[in-house]
Parts: sequence; C-alpha cells; structure tokens
Amino acid sequence: MNVLDLAPVLPLASEMAEFIPVLVMLIFGLAFAALNLVASFLLGQKAPTNPVKDMAYECGMPPISDAHQRFSVKFYLVAILFVLFDIEVVFLYPWAVKFEADKAFLFVEMLIFIGILFLGWWYVIRKGAVNWAQE
Amino acid sequence: MQAWLDSLIAGSELLQQVPAGLIYTIGILGACTLVLLFASLLAGEVVWLERRVAGRMQARIGPNRVGPQGLLQFLADGLKLLGKEDIIPATADKAVFLMAPVIVFMGAFAAYCVMPFGYGLVPADMNLGLFLILSITSIEVVGVIMAGWASNSKWSILGAMREVAQMVSYEIPLGIAALSVAILAGTLNLTDITLQQGGGIWNWYVFRGPFGFIGFFAFFIAALASLKRAPFDLPEAESELVAGFHTEYTGFRFAIFFLAEYAGMILFAMLTSVLFLGGWYTGIPGIELDGAGSRWIGFGVLFAKTSFLLFVMIWVRWSLPRFRIDRVMYLCYKVLLPISVLCVVGAAAQVWLGITLAGGTLAAPGEGGFADWLAGGRP
Repeated sequence: MNVLDLAPVLPLASEMAEFIPVLVMLIFGLAFAALNLVASFLLGQKAPTNPVKDMAYECGMPPISDAHQRFSVKFYLVAILFVLFDIEVVFLYPWAVKFEADKAFLFVEMLIFIGILFLGWWYVIRKGAVNWAQE
Repeated sequence: MQAWLDSLIAGSELLQQVPAGLIYTIGILGACTLVLLFASLLAGEVVWLERRVAGRMQARIGPNRVGPQGLLQFLADGLKLLGKEDIIPATADKAVFLMAPVIVFMGAFAAYCVMPFGYGLVPADMNLGLFLILSITSIEVVGVIMAGWASNSKWSILGAMREVAQMVSYEIPLGIAALSVAILAGTLNLTDITLQQGGGIWNWYVFRGPFGFIGFFAFFIAALASLKRAPFDLPEAESELVAGFHTEYTGFRFAIFFLAEYAGMILFAMLTSVLFLGGWYTGIPGIELDGAGSRWIGFGVLFAKTSFLLFVMIWVRWSLPRFRIDRVMYLCYKVLLPISVLCVVGAAAQVWLGITLAGGTLAAPGEGGFADWLAGGRP
C-alpha cells in the first residue's frame, strides 16, 4: 500500500519517513545493549549475596544516611541557564538555514536577537551565577 | 544511501526483479547493522589505542599480548566482563539502575545514522543531520543522571551532578560553534556540508576565513568537555570521586558505559572532521572520491582524519592536568560562549558580504531521502 493513501490519517507520514533509519538505529542500540546484558546474565558468575556485598560503596564503611540529599543551588542554576541559552541556540538554527533568503534583514534581526541574549548573559555574569569559586 | 541503492539496482538485472521496497528495507537494516558493528568494534580499538598511547607516553609498553600488537585486547576484556557478576546495590532504585546504561548506549549510537561516512554512504541523509546529532547525543545526559541518582551512592550522585552541569553547559558553545559552519554552508545536511568542502584544502571550513578557524577550536574544546574527556574529566575524577556516576556498576553494565563513552569520542571526532576538515575529501583538487568504488577510499580518508583527532584527544588526556570545577564553568560561560557567538556573527557577516570561497560542484545524493520511496516506488 502506498503510504500517501494514509495522508488524511497520518499527514506527516511521508515527511517522517526519513527518520526510519534513526528509529531502526535506536532499536538496534537497545537490542545490542539488551543482548549483551542477557548474555552477561547467562554467562556471569552468581555468587551468594550478603549485606556487605550489596552495600553502596562508601570507602568500605557502612554508608551514613541516604545519598539523596540536598544539593548546592549552583547545579540547578546551571540547569536554568541551560534552558535559557539552549533555547536561543535552537532558534538560531532555522535562522542559519534560511539566512540566504534575505541576508541584510536577517543579519540585523539576528544582531538584535543576540544583543538581547548578550544583555541576559551580562546580567547572569554580573550576578555571579557562574562564579563557582565564590562562597 | 537511497541513491547508492538505486545505482546498485540500475546496474544489476537480478536486483531489478526484486521489489524495491524489499531492497530498501534490507538496505536500511544492513546499513544500521554495519554502522553499529563499526562503532562498537572501533570503540573497542580506541580503548586499545588509548592504553597503548598512554603506555608509550609513560615509558611503558601497554597491552601487546592478545593478537598482533594487542589489537584484540578489547575482545578479551569484553569476554572477561561478560563472565563477571552483575551486582545491584541493595539501596539502589532497581528499575532506573538497570535502564540507565541502555539509555546512554542508545544515545551514543543512534547519532551515527546521519553521519556521512563517504559520498552517499549515509544511513539517513536528512536535512536535519547536524541538529539531530546534537539533540540525540544529549539523551546521554538523561542516562547519566539516572545512573547517578539510582545508584544511591554519594560518589555516584556527586559525579552525576557534576557531569550534568558540565555536559549541559558545554552543549551551548558546542551548538553555537557548529552553527558557524551551518551559516557558511547554508544547510544542516552533513552530506551537503561536506560537498561544499570539495576541491582544495582551502575549501575546508577550518580554512575559510578566521571564524571557521576559531570555531574549529571552540568546537573541539567544547566537544572534549561534553564528552567528559580530560582535562575536563571531573565527573569521574578517579582521585576524588572513585569513578563518578558509574561507581556502583559492575560487569557488562560498566562495559556498556565505557563503550558508549568511546563511541561518543569517535562520533565527535568524525563530526569535527565532517564539519571543519572536509569530510571524505583529501584536500587535493581533482580527487573527488565520489565514484562507486572510490567512495570507499573516501571513507578511508575520513577515517584517517577521525583517527588523527582521536589521537589528539588521547594525547591531550595524558598530557594535561585536570581542571577545577569553577574553572570549567568559567571557561564555558565567560570564554567559549562569547567566542563562539562571535564566530556566528562573523560567519554571518562573511556570508552577507559574500566573502566566502566557492563551494563544491557536486549535487547532493538522494535529496528526498526515503520519503520518495514510501511515496511510491523507485524515483
């Protein structure tokens, strides 16, 4: 059956077709890892367990308290910065591809966009958000 | 890929009897199997290369017993790890702990399917190529934080937190530095980007003006950091964090993390060659390497460039001391980010003012990808 017959049902079917190898590759990666893990399960040594062996490693001592504790806010700040800056990068990609269409206009547009981005970057730097040495 | 299969079909009486769909299906499955085998075997060989180079740099020999010059060492190691016990800590979150290495592995390997290994030798020749690589490799971050969190060990969680902060930060300069090539090329299709670098060595994007040159170094440094290679290997700093996020992993689960790490190295070395160093082109005008047979020589040329960059990565690792975490963040946000943004603006100005050198002369193979095939028959 021709996939285009499904057009009313799957309007994106023909455009998505080029992603088939990506999907196949993801499945192959999954299968490769899973097969090796099954082989390891079948071939691997299975010694009897004991509480010391199943303990999380903490330099040979019994672990003190749970490891899921509060973390420095710096890490979360980096995550927020990532969302800010990476979204900008995502916006710049289609712009880069379409740049040939109207160079002068798009160049000025992009300068304004990067100018706003620069203000945000300047604010973040002045706030010391990436200054990890400071306590 | 599709164009190559079409030329195979056109050249053979026998293949013309077979339905095209079947050939394409076998083609996709075969290509994906080849790519997976290539990546995983080469990852094993890069582990060997790393150990040999490290040995040489530290005035010792390194592994040289299994196979010629120790080339089969990775098979011996893999077999040994298969026979090891898979220990899950009692306090771990089991489901997440078991899933994490598989997700890291998938993220590292799926990105290979848009990589142009030679003229037309690409499993998925899509216009989103570069973007897809950058997005699929960031799946790895999810697997890493799953591993660190689920292990419920303090070393793992510290390593995972550092790693995520670092990988996520360096993705920004990485993406922007790659963007400077995308502007010069006017496309994200990796085959088209390579085709524009045909002819002389001066057509490679690293030599097309100052911004490609700076962008190359910014990209390579950011790639090193997002691959957590030394000097940015804080997430698994052996001297302070035991082994970072994979402290609790044993046996083949650990091997899968290891394979994924080296597969990522090869991927980024190859991507750097394709973006900046002319992909499969030799840099000598007149040698195009796009024929039915010579495209495999082109693959050899790309492989040589990739090997050289891999050697540089290993060389850097065994020569430089480790960064401090605040220095890593400083380098990312205050040095690489402004430099790479400057590269993008400069490259855009270059295109606007028309001072780029002429691109390649060849047409892209199989522009419609597999859409044409699914839309009905052979184009």
